Amino acid sequence: MNNIIEMFSYAFMVRAFIVGTLISLCASLIGVSLVLRKNSMIGDGLSHVGFGAFSIATILGFSPIEFSIPVVVIVSFLILKLNDSNKIHGDSAIALISASSLAIGTFLVSIVKGVNTDINNYLFGSILSLNNTDVLLSIILSILIMLLYIISYNKIFAITFDERFSKGIGINTNFYNMIFASLCSIVIVLGMRLMGALLISSLIIFPTISSMQYFKSFKSVVISSAFIGVLSFIVGLIISYSFETPTGSTIVIINLIMLLLFKVINYLRIRRI
Amino acid sequence: MNLIELNNLSLGYNNNIVIDNINLNIEDGDFLCIVGPNGSGKSTLIKGILGLIKPIKGKIIYNDLKPNFIGYMPQETKVNSNFPATVFEIVLSGTLNRLGLKSFYTKKEKQIALSNLKILGIESLKNKSFGDLSGGQRQKVLLARSLCATSKLLILDEPSNNLDSKSKKELYKIILDLNNNYKITIIMITHDLDHNNLIGNKILSLKDDDIFYGTVDEFVRKVHHE
Repeated sequence: MNNIIEMFSYAFMVRAFIVGTLISLCASLIGVSLVLRKNSMIGDGLSHVGFGAFSIATILGFSPIEFSIPVVVIVSFLILKLNDSNKIHGDSAIALISASSLAIGTFLVSIVKGVNTDINNYLFGSILSLNNTDVLLSIILSILIMLLYIISYNKIFAITFDERFSKGIGINTNFYNMIFASLCSIVIVLGMRLMGALLISSLIIFPTISSMQYFKSFKSVVISSAFIGVLSFIVGLIISYSFETPTGSTIVIINLIMLLLFKVINYLRIRRI
Repeated sequence: MNLIELNNLSLGYNNNIVIDNINLNIEDGDFLCIVGPNGSGKSTLIKGILGLIKPIKGKIIYNDLKPNFIGYMPQETKVNSNFPATVFEIVLSGTLNRLGLKSFYTKKEKQIALSNLKILGIESLKNKSFGDLSGGQRQKVLLARSLCATSKLLILDEPSNNLDSKSKKELYKIILDLNNNYKITIIMITHDLDHNNLIGNKILSLKDDDIFYGTVDEFVRKVHHE
């Protein structure tokens, strides 16, 4: 307990706590549709694009978050288009874009000697990297994401379940797909500072998969995911502070334990019936 | 009364014409079956009627009907068996076209969904997970969802695909009942009806360049004549 009180006496921990809780919540909401539409890899791909954009922003002296959000949003639209066109298989397209971004980011940072940024921070995240502007931006955007999600919830469900039907009854699926891709991009960029490019997609995917082990309605999976996402983050943050372990990977491990726990619960439930 | 009129309608993609110069009227209360081999343009025609693709030539006139208020049941909705969704969540989503700018369902939409569950006799499945249902039950749920979207016209794209013969029979019985007793106009693409067991009152047969449109009796006479 003293540990936790002490933890919150550091301003950077408070910042990490606020941003992380909000981002975990948003990421798990968005994750439900992403996983169910079998688009998990888009989350992963976009985080690598985010890494490339962060590197470029650093070199050019821009604010990483403000520069990366529009870049990642645009790339997410591009991926949507590629997915539709059928010219390149969707998965391959994402893999190409993601590997290229990772390569370009690393390449640029290494040739510009004047930049003393630790690439590790971008790849694996750092709780020290958040400044007050980041926190404010994260709070505003998270609230925006949650509002948009709640307002579009019924349409998001319909499109996730059956895009063709939704189109047939006049839902502008292209518009909602673009909204959704934007929300996804924003969550990824915001979460990357904390979790790193390599680990942020876990915040999106794990809570949904865990919830689906036990819950069978869309609404209950959404609510449970939000809960699991936030809980895993808070537990992970406290453990990483107490034992001085890397934050991002600790949070992912807590998520993994949650998943295993839900698997066991599901197994026991089936056995009893 | 004509619900839908297709006048010299040509449909296709990127100016590749799939359906050329078709003329037909769908009257209120009709049960039209569309038959024809793969690639003959059955699904294209439906997309045209739903307003998902624009006519290359000619036009579609809707009387007392908006394209968004057609109850559409797509072919083979591929759903993961572990997709978390209850029957009620799915059926309710059929009322989304009634919401307009509103974001949330009201009592009215919930009642529509409930009454359609009753019509299809699947009230007891209301809180069941879609993934746990049999093929026949799933099709009934998707039919109930389509029914929520319309009070006039259902468009069904091979609704009996992949069903065993018992479930097929049951589904056709329900569809006929919707047409007879609930006065829902039906357009149905189908593969598994040959000229011996046709249902409905009208047939559109799209076969190569030989387009036939007429009553079931006329169609049977034509087939026997050939």
